[in-house]
Amino acid sequence: MKTFRIGGVHPPENKIAAHKPIEVLPVPATVTIPLSQHLGVPAVPVLGKGDQVKTGQLIARGEAFISANIHSSVSGKVLKVDDMIDSSGYRKKSIVIQVEGDEWVEGIDRDSTLVKECQLNASEIVKKVHDLGIVGMGGATFPSHVKLMVPKGKKAEVLIINGVECEPYLTADHRLMLEKGEEILAGIAIQMKALHVERAIIGIEHNKPDAIKHMSELCSHYAGITVVDLEVKYPQGAEKQLIKAAINREVPSGKLPIEVGCVVHNVGTSFAVYEAVQKNKPLIERVVTVVGRSLKNPSNFLVRIGTPVDALVEAAGGMPDDTGKVISGGPMMGKALNDLGVPVTKGTSGILVFDKDESFRKPVLPCIRCSRCLNVCPMGLEPYLLAVLAEKDRIEECELERIMDCMECGSCLYVCPSGRPLLDHIRVGKSRVGKMIRERS
Amino acid sequence: MNGIINEITLISVVSLGAVGSFAAIILYMVAQKFKVVEDPRIDLVAEKLPGANCGGCGLAGCRALAEAIVKAESLEGMTCPPGGSDVMKDIASLLGLEAGDQVPMVAVLRCSGSKHNAPPKVTYDGAMTCAFAHSLFSGEAGCPYGCLGCGDCVVACAFDAMYMDAETGLPVIIDDKCVACGACVKACPRSIIEMRKKGKKDRRIFVSCINKEKGGVAKKNCAVACIGCGRCVKECKFDAITLDSNLAYIDYNKCTLCRKCVPVCPTNAIHELNFPPRKQRPEVTEQAEAK
Repeated sequence: MKTFRIGGVHPPENKIAAHKPIEVLPVPATVTIPLSQHLGVPAVPVLGKGDQVKTGQLIARGEAFISANIHSSVSGKVLKVDDMIDSSGYRKKSIVIQVEGDEWVEGIDRDSTLVKECQLNASEIVKKVHDLGIVGMGGATFPSHVKLMVPKGKKAEVLIINGVECEPYLTADHRLMLEKGEEILAGIAIQMKALHVERAIIGIEHNKPDAIKHMSELCSHYAGITVVDLEVKYPQGAEKQLIKAAINREVPSGKLPIEVGCVVHNVGTSFAVYEAVQKNKPLIERVVTVVGRSLKNPSNFLVRIGTPVDALVEAAGGMPDDTGKVISGGPMMGKALNDLGVPVTKGTSGILVFDKDESFRKPVLPCIRCSRCLNVCPMGLEPYLLAVLAEKDRIEECELERIMDCMECGSCLYVCPSGRPLLDHIRVGKSRVGKMIRERS
Repeated sequence: MNGIINEITLISVVSLGAVGSFAAIILYMVAQKFKVVEDPRIDLVAEKLPGANCGGCGLAGCRALAEAIVKAESLEGMTCPPGGSDVMKDIASLLGLEAGDQVPMVAVLRCSGSKHNAPPKVTYDGAMTCAFAHSLFSGEAGCPYGCLGCGDCVVACAFDAMYMDAETGLPVIIDDKCVACGACVKACPRSIIEMRKKGKKDRRIFVSCINKEKGGVAKKNCAVACIGCGRCVKECKFDAITLDSNLAYIDYNKCTLCRKCVPVCPTNAIHELNFPPRKQRPEVTEQAEAK
């Protein structure tokens, strides 16, 4: 079995909701749609208070190159365009819509029949992906149309599809592969056409044997698409680690995967691309795993973007009494929420409800120089050193120690026997070094 | 035997001596060629400065300030916050220059979001540094402008002029020790601390809030937030108070310390420091009515 070479950890998998089919969550009474659900410049609203919208209608336009359009996930009336709290913990500009019925925009094909053949050419596909607001569904929410346009002078050779889902607890991609495998493959074929590549590899970790089997069977009908069985190791779902594991190429420091002829997309993104290109459906809903050890009904839900988190927890059996923390995303890279009214966005892959025992960090003790953080860092960095340098604000040295290569996977924090907040300090250091680099140019 | 030893000794002494003197001549010539002429006054000025290297003057340290002072024609714009005007006058007389007027300043915390006024809604257990907490979320109480209480300012203070009050969760500035170097202002990721004029008899009036959210939103998180109602602006006869994006700000250069704005504030966001206690208002009116 293949895997990446350096570092990595093996957190308990806890894939509690792996056997639960995707349930469609009812449309809530109001939705809050943040204008910054993607990496890059926030979208600009194209309507105001009091306007009527239909499901799938464009409500905010991503005007910059790295930005994404945002569509209404419900039909109803715009209550306000105001600063609302989102998963960043701050109030950000959002559009609040009161739901009235569920009337969809004409032209969206809601029929579930599979449409394999794609008549569009590469630039038409990219335009459609751009228009319908597709972003990376793995969590980083990078606008997908940017990734589907190969920069001049570069050539894409392999499309790598990320079905790894290495974060513990999360099962959204796993369920999607089992239930929408055909659609995902059609989406991959469309992405291959847009990128002009002949080869696509779907990376799936060994703890999902049913998904590997299912996808392998489906792949036999498509030329050039193969499934690779990967050893279970966190953070294999990270772009650079997945490329190393799947085709044994190493992306140089500070460079993008296209440098080694690769483009990486998530299975969720492939599904969204399929729906956008073949069914004209914008990115207005996604699969979210709602899971926790004390939850009555942990499950995977198909949720409209903008649904408040507490509605999801309610659907999963209500908030347990011993809840200590609610996390948006996976347990390793996700973020604790400080308000349960925050909406599900394009990048919300899971909602984790941790009980009190799991929630709190260990008391911070001095570093004992055990070097476990060095051993597990998948980027080959020295987390203990970066944390100290960042804490002491020695940012030039942080840059020399390649702090910008850190992808914030949290492996160092996970293994530290002294419970040191290594990643917290590294994040501060990264933002300061990033600021310094921007000021330099 | 003796002869040989003597000969070796002689050769060594002579040759080493020759090498030594040759090197000495070269070193002397190099030293003359690359001689750095330093103004002797720099040392004198540097001696007068406090030597804290706090960076409050905006330069790298006391030596750098001394060099800048000696180089400059006038002392305008050059201040030593910890030394105050006494040190600058001393230096001015030494150099035969005129010292600029230096108004004594002090750090002021513009947040009253204590655990009592702004009760925490969530618990933060990340790294105890404001820089990280600020990047993570709006704060335990939910105010995106308020003090995070992790004490980056206290760590930055080189003069022991600050400490964290465990009861309120806010830093406390010890006025007597504060030299107004500005290290805490730079350390605070939310720019809550401001350098303000120390004021006559250390009396100061300031709006202890920097929240720019709408009144209702701000009030939800904190009982003593400035809600931008503008009553203080109307009350002030000296145009010292301005209202900008739901937040009042008192210009310390225009403020005459009349204290009229303090009682009109509906949320008690305006603070007065080091004033004598007020006369009991109700009694005064009662007496007036009785007359």
